[in-house]
Amino acid sequence: MLAELGLAILWMAASLAGLQLIAGSFSLTKDGDGLGAIVRPVAIVQGVLVALAFASLIMLFVETDLSVKLVADNSHSAKPLIYKIAGTWGNHEGSMLLWVTVMGLAGGIVAAVERRLPERTMMATLAGQAFVSLGFYAFLLFASNPFQRLSPAPQEGNGLNPLLQDPGLAFHPPTLYLGYVGLSIAFSFAIGALVTREVGPAFARAMRPWVLGAWIFLTLGITAGSYWAYYMLGWGGWWFWDPVENASLMPWLAATALLHSVSVLAARNALRAWTVMLGVVAFSMSMIGTFLVRSGILTSVHAFAVDPRRGGFILALLAINIGAALVLFALRAGTVTEGERFEVTSREASLVFNNVMLSCILGIVLLGTLYPLVTEAMGVKVSVGPPYFTPMSAVFAVPMLVVLAIGPMLRWRHDRFARVRAVLAMPLGVTIVAAVGFALGGVRSPMALLALSLAPGLGVASLLPLRGRHLARAPLSLWGMVVAHVGIAVALFGMGADAAFTQQRLLAASVGQSTQLGPWRITLASIEPVAGPNWTALEADLSASYAGGAPVHLHPQSRTFWAPPQTTSVSALHTVWNGQLYTVLGEETHDASSAATPTGRWQLRLWWKPFVPMIWLGGILVALGGLLAMVSRVRQDLKRRSVRTRSRERKA
Amino acid sequence: MSNEVNPAKAPRWTLWLPLALFLGFVVLVAAGLMHPRDTDIDSQMIGKPLPAFSLRAASDGRDGLSTSDFRQGKPHLLNIFASWCVPCGVEAPVLAQLQRQGAIIDGIAIRDHKADLNAFLAKNGNPYQKIGADDVSAVQLAIGSSGVPETFVIDGKGIIRYQHIGDIRYEEIPMMMQKLKDAES
Repeated sequence: MLAELGLAILWMAASLAGLQLIAGSFSLTKDGDGLGAIVRPVAIVQGVLVALAFASLIMLFVETDLSVKLVADNSHSAKPLIYKIAGTWGNHEGSMLLWVTVMGLAGGIVAAVERRLPERTMMATLAGQAFVSLGFYAFLLFASNPFQRLSPAPQEGNGLNPLLQDPGLAFHPPTLYLGYVGLSIAFSFAIGALVTREVGPAFARAMRPWVLGAWIFLTLGITAGSYWAYYMLGWGGWWFWDPVENASLMPWLAATALLHSVSVLAARNALRAWTVMLGVVAFSMSMIGTFLVRSGILTSVHAFAVDPRRGGFILALLAINIGAALVLFALRAGTVTEGERFEVTSREASLVFNNVMLSCILGIVLLGTLYPLVTEAMGVKVSVGPPYFTPMSAVFAVPMLVVLAIGPMLRWRHDRFARVRAVLAMPLGVTIVAAVGFALGGVRSPMALLALSLAPGLGVASLLPLRGRHLARAPLSLWGMVVAHVGIAVALFGMGADAAFTQQRLLAASVGQSTQLGPWRITLASIEPVAGPNWTALEADLSASYAGGAPVHLHPQSRTFWAPPQTTSVSALHTVWNGQLYTVLGEETHDASSAATPTGRWQLRLWWKPFVPMIWLGGILVALGGLLAMVSRVRQDLKRRSVRTRSRERKA
Repeated sequence: MSNEVNPAKAPRWTLWLPLALFLGFVVLVAAGLMHPRDTDIDSQMIGKPLPAFSLRAASDGRDGLSTSDFRQGKPHLLNIFASWCVPCGVEAPVLAQLQRQGAIIDGIAIRDHKADLNAFLAKNGNPYQKIGADDVSAVQLAIGSSGVPETFVIDGKGIIRYQHIGDIRYEEIPMMMQKLKDAES
């Protein structure tokens, strides 16, 4: 019953999205005025309905209703509750439903609370949101129905990919989706503003909390995904330039650029066309990323989501949504009145520079991701990896980081470099000292040296905007910027440290054997079998002592799931203030002369990774900075709103 | 003022540029969708001769590698690897063991830099007779390999006899030696 109900609700939500598009568009015409009144309520109800449809799918997974095909394919009655719930979005159909749910809810919230923009712009915005949603509704209902029944119902489900049965991963996709789809609001605002030619500070202020919110979720999602890959895949790497990682990085780069240009537009009424363009690009990148992952057109480790038949549908959707937005941009951007002017040495110009650099990195990543496709069209198969991505993005990232250090010190509109030169001597000095120190200390890799020396200087420079201020009275938005920029420096240092200082040991150890790794003395104390709810495992007891101190115990496992049957290694990590010890248990080794004789020696992979957790700590700081900025902006908006209401009441 | 920046003052036609780029993207991926990519190229090469290639030396101290090296009458192992590939480091002692047992091993280093590779070999040992550099994975893909490490058994006439995907484990050494022996006939 619940499945049919869910499907019916989904159809209703889709029809309301159609109504929202029609009413919103007609209200912009001369005789459609009356229709405008229903657009906001329709958007709200649509959001509520689609959320209900998603809730019914979650219920089906919680109950493990195996007569629903999606549940039978992706769940299992013996799975812990949290993974039953996470299983809802651990598959193609469920994650697309999550996608439209977030779009619907976001549209509903905008309809309910946004009152600053001219009503015509709002109507165009909500119509735009409905237009994009409709495509995804059609995709769900016609090509990926999550509520499809299976007859006869099987006795037991197929289970969830064991790699996905991890608390980090239960929340990683929804976090990223909140980010991807949050950007749809920025996209719709851009459409609304283009249609009505109302691009100005009010538009920027309305858009900003959405951009900030989406960007925070994207930052957290990418950080979590990187950490997941790091400890789950068992090779100690934290970024692989995999197409799916690139798919999440590209919207983040665009959103980062958008975030900064929206601030310029809100504060200075400059960069009008550029901001609108980025608003379109950011969500387009979300859609393109999803397309690349889902269509199977690029091979990737995230192959669980691939189905080539759906590729055509998503591509058509993309072509319509993005194509229409770009045609609108080409027609209207020229008529958007010119923004305020500024000089080359000014805060605006430094933000423009960084925006251009971010866009270049975006281009590099997009090109690298698509390159195999391009050459294949010419008959040559190649694959593109870290040796391309890392140095090519560094070419643009390094100048960007330098300007990131200087920009916040500059004044709006025009400034003289001579004014800030003295202040900048300190970060420059720190960078030089770090560079010389690390080079003498034996860091040979140029990329690592660059990261390790830029990071401290950048950290110092990021704090400089607080200089001479009363710290408790500095505005929260300033703190947000400082914290986010410090986060970039922290993450950069972690990346450099990972490349420069990581030590590894691979050995076949028998129980009782010890080995030295950097400051650690590690002993394999025992190997014992253990069992979980839907797996069994062999677990090593590793006793590790740091520089002769009291030993800590790590328990890496070689784990065998029985539904679906699959073996994964579960790494064990121990974090100390200056780094992380990373241990993986492999298989028992066999005698070289006879494969049947076990040797009682176990493969151990051990890494000592100094300062590597700074990568993710930095990511969290960046997101925290975003959060501070968002709180500050929303508080300002609320204050402005109450002032407006009061003045209106006084007039009345 | 001469040095004022005004980003909105671009010529009109540039506004159509994003759309043009996007349409290029759509055409490209539509073409890609219509010719579905052959992802299962693993074992199709078995029984076929190696594709013709001639790769420059990837490291100091070892010559480059070309197809003719495999036509000398003795079976070889061809190991596809890279210094940036962690499993390849795990595999190194296994390759060393294979070499001690008499296997002739040649390598193709994928998208590697000479300095990195020299460091990798210095650290993990060098069981290779020759190492060719494949900078864009062209040879790798031509012989049907989709990742690193992979190891091919090539017989004395340059015919691919067996493909092993992933690192060779200790317990697989006898199996690989047997495959080499089979390739002699």
